Amino acid sequence: MLAVRGLAVARGGVTLLAGLDFGVPAGGALILRGANGSGKTTLLRTLAGLQPPVAGRVALPAEGVAYAAHADALKPVLTAAENLAFWAAVYGAGGDVALALAAVGLRDLARRPAGALSAGQKRRLGLARLIVAGRPLWLLDEPTVSLDAGAAAAFAALLAGHLARGGAAVVASHGEAGLPEAPELDLARFRAPPAGDGADDFAGVRA
Amino acid sequence: MRALLLRDLRLAVRAGGGFGLALAFFLIVAVLVPLGVGPGGTTLAVIAPGILWLGALLACLLSLDRILALDWEDGSLDLLATAPIPLEAVAATKALAHWLTTGLPLVLFAPVLGVLLNLAPAGLAWLALALLVGTPALSVIGTFGAALTVGIRRGGLLLSLIVLPLYVPTLVFGAAVVTRGAAGLTTATPLALLAAITALAAAILPFATAAAIRVNLR
Repeated sequence: MLAVRGLAVARGGVTLLAGLDFGVPAGGALILRGANGSGKTTLLRTLAGLQPPVAGRVALPAEGVAYAAHADALKPVLTAAENLAFWAAVYGAGGDVALALAAVGLRDLARRPAGALSAGQKRRLGLARLIVAGRPLWLLDEPTVSLDAGAAAAFAALLAGHLARGGAAVVASHGEAGLPEAPELDLARFRAPPAGDGADDFAGVRA
Repeated sequence: MRALLLRDLRLAVRAGGGFGLALAFFLIVAVLVPLGVGPGGTTLAVIAPGILWLGALLACLLSLDRILALDWEDGSLDLLATAPIPLEAVAATKALAHWLTTGLPLVLFAPVLGVLLNLAPAGLAWLALALLVGTPALSVIGTFGAALTVGIRRGGLLLSLIVLPLYVPTLVFGAAVVTRGAAGLTTATPLALLAAITALAAAILPFATAAAIRVNLR
């Protein structure tokens, strides 16, 4: 489903991670672990194709990916259903909006403007986009932030259902991702060495 | 594409969307100029084509920073870039939505304001035609400028500085069409050049816009 070979990723011109080699099979998931600033988001953005890799190769499924970032990409003046219907049309997978809203427990709020939803409800609406997108590979950046325990468990069940249908997921998470048996990748092991010692670059100039 | 166009139009007409703001600004400029210059017929009639085109330019400029900045802030632009639709088409669609919500209303109302500015009756139809042909270029060029400045907070002023010089040819030929039309002269040459600018901008700039968005999303 996803194969990564010798990947190096950079943020703002600084290489954060190098020598990444991993794969995610259909029905499998991978959990990215690492401290703040260790490159989890940068790695996910590179996998999603938003930024070019410094080195190495990423092989994605032909059907594409569904990416869920920190921001939920919701328009506050559109209703929950309108927001979701837009993304369903963009992805063109014929995802059922009403079904997706019900899956994240927002059926009764379908006609509420997204701006009037709570932080947790917005997050759930953002995650419902994954369902209507109909892509086999999900790239999730801290999916359970601002979800309460019940909603986090519901999302874990949703994710497990996606994997059971032959999907795959890469999840960056600090806390419990709800996938106890999924392998974890500690990004601290792949931290790129600082590129040259900045002070030495000017040694000759000073002398 | 249709979904994106409909969404942008819907966002524009909902609360806080800014639909009508450009038109209201255009209206106020056209009302203020006679107050400042004085109602003396001849002066006003001479400067009317330039004032109307300048007003259209500035009205268009007002709403440019909304084209992409809001989508960038809430993460929609990231998702549009990873969605299975070409980013060039996204750029072209956003420019079209901007023109439909700002340029087209200006085209429809401009003849009324032309009367207010004492523009010769023969020039009114030429004014509407020149705006119809020229304002799409303003939206397309403006979308390109918005893409260049998309990651910059409070980038509105920088956007104006980038975009206004690019508007010069449209302004020159657009005003020329109206001036010559009002004087009863032939307008074929400036109108053809105006159309050429719009056609060239619409053909090339969506690609440049998409490239600029890709760089800014990195």
